[in-house]
Amino acid sequence: MRTVTVEKAVEMIPDGATVMVGGFMAVGTPERLIDECVRQRKRGLTVIANDTAIPGRGIGKLIDAGLVKRTIASHIGLNPETQRQMLEKQMDVDLVPQGTLIERIRAGGFGLGGVLTPTGVGTVVENGKQKIAVDGKEYLVETALRAQFALVNAFLADYSGNLYYALTARNFNPIIAMAADTTIVAADNIVPVGTIPPDHVVTPAPVVDYLVTNG
Amino acid sequence: MDAPTIIARRVAAELRSGMLVNLGIGIPTLVANYVPAGMTVFFQSENGLIGTGPIPEQGMAHPTLTDAGGKPVTALPGASTFDSATSFGLIRGGHVDLTVLGALQVDSHGHLANWMIPGKLVPGMGGAMDLVTGAKEVIVAMQHTAKGKAKILEKCTLPLTSARAVDLIVTEMAVIGFRNGRATLLERGRGVSVEDIVAATGAKMDIPNQVPEMAV
Repeated sequence: MRTVTVEKAVEMIPDGATVMVGGFMAVGTPERLIDECVRQRKRGLTVIANDTAIPGRGIGKLIDAGLVKRTIASHIGLNPETQRQMLEKQMDVDLVPQGTLIERIRAGGFGLGGVLTPTGVGTVVENGKQKIAVDGKEYLVETALRAQFALVNAFLADYSGNLYYALTARNFNPIIAMAADTTIVAADNIVPVGTIPPDHVVTPAPVVDYLVTNG
Repeated sequence: MDAPTIIARRVAAELRSGMLVNLGIGIPTLVANYVPAGMTVFFQSENGLIGTGPIPEQGMAHPTLTDAGGKPVTALPGASTFDSATSFGLIRGGHVDLTVLGALQVDSHGHLANWMIPGKLVPGMGGAMDLVTGAKEVIVAMQHTAKGKAKILEKCTLPLTSARAVDLIVTEMAVIGFRNGRATLLERGRGVSVEDIVAATGAKMDIPNQVPEMAV
């Protein structure tokens, strides 16, 4: 793990990168990293996240700035700007059931090729996908998802990079932290090693590549 | 009593002590207001919370204690929080006893469409497909018609949410079950006749000789 300023962290992300972003309706989204992506105008991004929040918050800021060419998410209904860009074909949107999306990301981070899920069988979600029967029950083969970068928000990060999350700000964060080539963390608080007891660590330090310095 | 209140109170009569329940947005959310006195029910928010409590008092909100719409909530004694993989493991894994969801359409076999209107409204399915596929029991809570048009149809014209049929529909006019794979009229609203219900329903239903009034 290395520490890095928010400016240097975002400079590592090239235009056109695939980026997983933590958060659920912007709760648990690393706003400082998002703001810096907007300031540096990172264009043509593919964003993988639960949702696109609302205009002016979290991932909504990337959408507002026209920086996203493709979104893979479970829900965009609360962001009219995402809907507008999708319907006017400025942005591609792949809608994935929420439980399938998080499992595809988990598979990507856990060294699996994908998962078998009953969700989506008999609906438009099954179009173009392989189906497998196990013990007489049908499942869809949902393939793993990975990204070049994961932008993670944690409540606590210790000096070595161990992470602890707050309440409902945990959501996608510990899962995406495992599923990217480069994991960048912006924590609300950076604390001494030992402050987080070992059995309270949710994301172990070796998973974290860069911790964004505060201030 | 207005229609949403009738529906929420009738759905609340299906709650049992100790149940883990997931409520969708809209009318289903109101069910939490009518948990019978003395009964403990655990509500799940799919963003990663069991033990969701009421909206916090002024000045008591916490930015990282929110519901699936991102709105501040409280947590009740015994609450727990977890990541999204665990949250959907609870849902798909059969640990959620009951989900209550809204609907655009439901068909005569209990198939539900509630996530998109092609070309018009494409919000995404969020957690709905996992909930309908994985919860032990699924109840649809909705107004019986939309702008005078039937929402309970012989066959859904909108894309389905799941191949799995729902267990019960509760509207302000009727309670309809699907225990034998066919729509069966179980209860009628206060002062609502069977003929009124049939006229407002676009699907064939099995209708017993006696259809009792809802106790709400």
